[in-house]
Amino acid sequence: MSIAPRKPPLQFALRLKRALGGKTGWNGFAAQIAFAAILAWIAYEIVANARTNLETQHIASGFGFLNYNAGFDVNQSLIAYNNSDTYWRVFFVGLLNTILVSVIGIVFATVIGFIVALCRLSPNGVLSRIGGIYVEIVRNLPVLFQILFWYLAVLAALPAPRQSISIFSTFFLNNRGLIVPLPVSEPGLYPFLAALAAGIVVALGLRHHARRILFQRGHMIRIWPYVLGCLVGLPLASMLIFGWPFKLELPQLKGFNFAGGARIIPEFVALTVALSTYTGAFIAEIVRAGVMSVHKGQMEAGSSLGLSRAATLRLIVVPQAMRVIVPPLTSQYLNLTKNSSLAVAIGYPDLVSVFAGTAVSQTGQAIEIIAMTMGVYLLLSLTTSALMSIYGWRINRSMAA
Amino acid sequence: MKCASLAVFLAVAATLSGQAASAQTLKTIKDRGQLSCGVSQGLPGFSAPDDKGNWTGIDVDVCRAIAAVVLDDPTKVKFVPLSAKDRFTALQSGEIDVLSRNTTWTVSRDTSLGANFTGVTYYDGQGFMVKKSLKVNSALELNSASVCVQTGTTTEQNLADFFKGNNMKYEVIAFGSIDEAVKAYESGRCDVFTDDASGLYASRLKLANPADHIVLPEIISKEPLGPMVRHGDDQWFDIVKWTLFAMINAEELGITQKNVDTMLKSDKPEMKRVLGTDGNLGEQLGLTKDWVVRIVKAVGNYGETFERNVGTGSPLGIARGVNNLWNKGGIQYAPPIR
Repeated sequence: MSIAPRKPPLQFALRLKRALGGKTGWNGFAAQIAFAAILAWIAYEIVANARTNLETQHIASGFGFLNYNAGFDVNQSLIAYNNSDTYWRVFFVGLLNTILVSVIGIVFATVIGFIVALCRLSPNGVLSRIGGIYVEIVRNLPVLFQILFWYLAVLAALPAPRQSISIFSTFFLNNRGLIVPLPVSEPGLYPFLAALAAGIVVALGLRHHARRILFQRGHMIRIWPYVLGCLVGLPLASMLIFGWPFKLELPQLKGFNFAGGARIIPEFVALTVALSTYTGAFIAEIVRAGVMSVHKGQMEAGSSLGLSRAATLRLIVVPQAMRVIVPPLTSQYLNLTKNSSLAVAIGYPDLVSVFAGTAVSQTGQAIEIIAMTMGVYLLLSLTTSALMSIYGWRINRSMAA
Repeated sequence: MKCASLAVFLAVAATLSGQAASAQTLKTIKDRGQLSCGVSQGLPGFSAPDDKGNWTGIDVDVCRAIAAVVLDDPTKVKFVPLSAKDRFTALQSGEIDVLSRNTTWTVSRDTSLGANFTGVTYYDGQGFMVKKSLKVNSALELNSASVCVQTGTTTEQNLADFFKGNNMKYEVIAFGSIDEAVKAYESGRCDVFTDDASGLYASRLKLANPADHIVLPEIISKEPLGPMVRHGDDQWFDIVKWTLFAMINAEELGITQKNVDTMLKSDKPEMKRVLGTDGNLGEQLGLTKDWVVRIVKAVGNYGETFERNVGTGSPLGIARGVNNLWNKGGIQYAPPIR
């Protein structure tokens, strides 16, 4: 029986050397310092040069312009905006429009991706062939081309406002977009929302309770009638007591366009459809790869336990596949967000169109505006990555447990 | 590997430091043997490639005239097509020597962009085009209309001012390029397309049925269009400025592409000064004595350029109007060459 010689604990200097320079020791440390210094010098040179050049050419610089009046209009804004607002406001209008199209695009792309992937994996030959054709056509055409196609093809098919396609005289579809009734809040709104929130909380509590019973005693209890009662009954009760939560403002044809109601502009629809179908094709392949990475035996084990195919997929296969799916899925989400900057081609007022477009040409301050825009895309992408990392970490943890 | 990336960094840094503002535009162009001129992505009459791929238009002729005085060859021009929103950045960064791209002269552009306007090639104003079938006869009847516009232009601001000033509502849809805006207008997305009046006439030619569309009579803004150069090179500023002035002066004196050779024999003192048979005005500009002769031989005088590109001799068929000479009822006026 031999005992390995016990290593003496590292001396303080040695530890410091390890921490700073890695395995190469002090030499590595010096190289890192030198490299950092050179990087800092280059960055300084670039900034200083740009500043001197701007000054000698008398080009305005700095961020003062953000407080000036923008003086132009935007056709879709999630916050109140008119042409006497500042460039700051324009920035947020554009940012929110970018976020809106990205978030909705991501949701649709994910749904499309999962459905198409399940089609491709299905034992039904027709379904899997359709899924395959969809993926091969959509992911092999340039996305800008698809955006223009959806925009121009959809516009060409729709009638002018005066010949709108009317659906129950409530919804109107024409080449200005889809006009829907606008909900206007009534006194009953807050009790209604409170009842709805209470219903959701109770329903979640019931679900938690049901799972505990299942894990501890091994039998399922039926909760769905209670859940339904909470989610529908409580808001209904509030409506009976406090009256309607909102009334609908119906659109009416006035002059060239409709007045009243809310409108979903065709630019938004075309961009969302194009981005989500395009990204959905990539996601379908990622999901398929993820599901196929799960061993066949898992599926067989599920059937031998008497679970249906759907239950096996949902409870056994998909959770394991998610570990493989999440990292490339994140990349697709980031791609979708960045591709949304192609909006300018079809006149959707996203950040690149209104801020890095109109605002640049009105103020001429390209460096500041482009830097801000790049910063925003970086921030959006990092946030998406972080959220997806947390999700991935939770999956891994639950797999380990 | 680390060394390679370092080298790239250093090269980038070196290029950036080399780009300090220079007052050497003329020398740079002569060394390069080519003038780099920013133009539009295709606006018939102003700057657009013809069916053989040659750039033509009034803005293009200004570039050709500059190339003629500097390089003695009007074909030595590299045309850089620029969208409205990229044009100033291209000028600021030194990618182009002169921007001749139907650009409106405003105080903010003349100052904060780090560039100067050198003159007015065309006095324009913003107008509206609508479908005849809408039965609209005035811009004041456009309440609640949807308006297509090209982004990155003064047009967007004028539009906002006009509708606000007249208490009218509207919806603006701003596109990255003029072609996309026109296409959306044609497909019915908008009731109105707005641009400088000259641009409306040019765009109307591209529509399937030009006769179904009318340009409304209201002109809602002043849009003096002219060439631009960077701050910091006064000699180059003078050359670009006086090239246009020379074209206008040539028309005033009756010097044309056809008669310029006979005019050279004239003994009128003013004619001799302008055509360089007497004095050294061209050399004072850093050019040659025969600079005006070169311009007129290359593109003709201002009136000839106008007629050929946008005037009654062209598909656009725009009347001279305010763009006529000051002594013929217009406002085109150039300081004298002496």
